[in-house]
Amino acid sequence: MTDMFPQQIDVALSVNGEAVEARVPAGRHLIDFLRLDLGLTGAHAGCEHGVCGACTVRVDGRSVRGCLMLAAQAHGAEVWTVEGLSETGEIADLQEAFVARNALQCGFCTPGMLVAAQELVASAPAPTREQIRERLSGNYCRCTGYEAIIDAVEAVAQARAGGAAR
Amino acid sequence: MKASVGGYARARDLRHALELLSVAGEAGRVLAGGQSLVAALNMRLTAGDILVDISALGACRGVDDAGDSLRIGALTRHVEIAEDPLVRAHAPMLAEAVGLIAHAAIRNRGTIGGAIAHADPAAEFPACALALGAEFEVESLSGPRTIPAAAFFRDTFETALAPGEILTAVIVPKAAEAEAQVIEEVARRCGDYALAGLCLTRRAGRHRLALFSLGPRPMLAERAMAALDAGDMAGAAAALKAEIDPPSDTQASAAYRRHLAGVLLRRAAARIEGGAA
Repeated sequence: MTDMFPQQIDVALSVNGEAVEARVPAGRHLIDFLRLDLGLTGAHAGCEHGVCGACTVRVDGRSVRGCLMLAAQAHGAEVWTVEGLSETGEIADLQEAFVARNALQCGFCTPGMLVAAQELVASAPAPTREQIRERLSGNYCRCTGYEAIIDAVEAVAQARAGGAAR
Repeated sequence: MKASVGGYARARDLRHALELLSVAGEAGRVLAGGQSLVAALNMRLTAGDILVDISALGACRGVDDAGDSLRIGALTRHVEIAEDPLVRAHAPMLAEAVGLIAHAAIRNRGTIGGAIAHADPAAEFPACALALGAEFEVESLSGPRTIPAAAFFRDTFETALAPGEILTAVIVPKAAEAEAQVIEEVARRCGDYALAGLCLTRRAGRHRLALFSLGPRPMLAERAMAALDAGDMAGAAAALKAEIDPPSDTQASAAYRRHLAGVLLRRAAARIEGGAA
């Protein structure tokens, strides 16, 4: 039976645009695979039960919890982390706005916030503050009190929509 | 914490998944979107499970028009249900419910079949399925069978699924002309489990009212339904409060949940019937 249900699983996936092949323990979380095996320590492992959002990464075009997905399940997937999204410049304006608005202090939540915010801003051209709040409700920040984060996301959404960024 | 897993296999197709589950025996556990199961593994609520990963079975994903009903593949993700034009047109309660389930990143992975097979008494989809009169298609190595929602949910996290069976599709009757469907819940924070919730439909003057987070499983409030059919709103709220026995826990007392049930019924009825909540 152990042949049918191995403890080590072979996976082939794409991470930040590069092909990766690896053998992972069956219970390895995607977030631990990214951080510990690939050295991509941008996204963080926080609560490890899907509540805090610090481990949020993009899988096949959508934000997911890196702690609620096994690395074994990422076989064939296209994964993007904050490192890759920074390198391509896709979230450069969000990152600049987070700095300009003091939307981070310790930075632990920021990589997850950026992935969640980018998914919202890319899909909704002019989100209201309420929609931004709702979307980011799955990402905890223990430093800022959120207002600055919402300011930053709102400013980027407005700028991308062609309006004046405040 | 880290998950403790007894083994893992990725199913190639449904037949393979059923064979794997059969070999795994009692330790076998079907892994779909994983948004409840992986959390439970991480919290070591369960350990040593042999995971049969069905998440790559494309045949069980997507929404089809089946004439009088919709056939929703068990692996259809919450976000896909919210966006699906057939669901929005013919089972709008399901699309509305998605906005109440956890957070975007969880809705991106979680599946409707997983939510129903998991049978969390606080979950939205099981109660929706009950309110809408849905049926579930299940498969095992001995063949398929269909289980009505009303016979499926037995107790907290306990369903009519037998060992070796996999839920493959949710069959939802299409809404009738002028049918109204609403879902209402109260949670302390956006994305939290509901302290109390209910699903209300009205089809040709007849109401169906399914409750969640108000008992050990999703339940129909039949006396309240009869009062609503008779046009007696005050009687319906009183009947609802009398016929439920909600739990007390660290989130809310039974008395508060009972109060919320009445408030939610008025809100839902106001949306359906018009008038103030």
